[in-house]
Amino acid sequence: MENQAVSHAAADIDKQVRGYMVVFGTLLALTVITVGVSYMHLPLHAAVGVALAIACFKASLVLLFFMHLISERQLIFVILAFTVGFFMVLMFLPILTNLDHIHI
Amino acid sequence: MEGLIPYITEAREDTGLTNGKIGIWLFLASEIMLFGAFFATYIVMRMGAEHWPHGWEDQNVPLGTLNTLVLITSSVTMVMAWASLERDDLKKFQMFGAATVALGFAFLGIKYIEYTSHFHEGMYPGTNNYLAVYFTMTGLHGLHVVCGMVVNGYLTATGKSYWDAGERQLLINRVENAGLFWHFVDIVWIFLFPVLYLL
Repeated sequence: MENQAVSHAAADIDKQVRGYMVVFGTLLALTVITVGVSYMHLPLHAAVGVALAIACFKASLVLLFFMHLISERQLIFVILAFTVGFFMVLMFLPILTNLDHIHI
Repeated sequence: MEGLIPYITEAREDTGLTNGKIGIWLFLASEIMLFGAFFATYIVMRMGAEHWPHGWEDQNVPLGTLNTLVLITSSVTMVMAWASLERDDLKKFQMFGAATVALGFAFLGIKYIEYTSHFHEGMYPGTNNYLAVYFTMTGLHGLHVVCGMVVNGYLTATGKSYWDAGERQLLINRVENAGLFWHFVDIVWIFLFPVLYLL
């Protein structure tokens, strides 16, 4: 019974390792694409959009697979939800400086 | 070990997690806010600047790309070190652990080449706001790489003593937690690279 559990765990790890290799290949390909797009010298807004979209996708792959968020417990997501909320405030606060219509 | 700090080997019944893992995620949350503050500073300065150089005008993009590939590869060797322990293969853990540290050295070596090239061209943190942001953010990131290398080097070097003392699960948990930090450092670079080199 114990041997069966061990072999199941080993098979599970083997499956995860195959996933890591797919993620590795995808990350390499996306890096090449990001650099390739940058040589097209798109207008700034388009360039920012493309670069950040690819970076967010790459970061998601690392978080989900290498950092095991795909199979993580609920408490970690609660911690991350708070962090993402505060992080968004931090990112969008600077935009308010451009909405100063009364020019203080 | 379990008597000194509870739930570092076995998961707590209520959270389903070890205290070490909760601790490292809380630490990473604070790190996200730290780097977030620098990214917000970058946004404020760039939006308010009349002229801001494109990263590719000042940076060596092929070297930056190579460093990105080095760091991504190190994330894979890190996760393979953890997987090797799960497979009870201490030798492979040591091999992948050493490879992760070596790739950390490679990253820092390339960064050293880039920095010295900037200094030779008279580009310093005080030259303009772009370079101030560039040196501050890549310097802070480099410091994190050094810290990760110290922890990974320690766990790789002492892994056998954990193994021999029958503390297999404790080693696996610590390598997983060290890996979480290392992957976070990788994610920060995934954003730094386009922001500072390509835009």
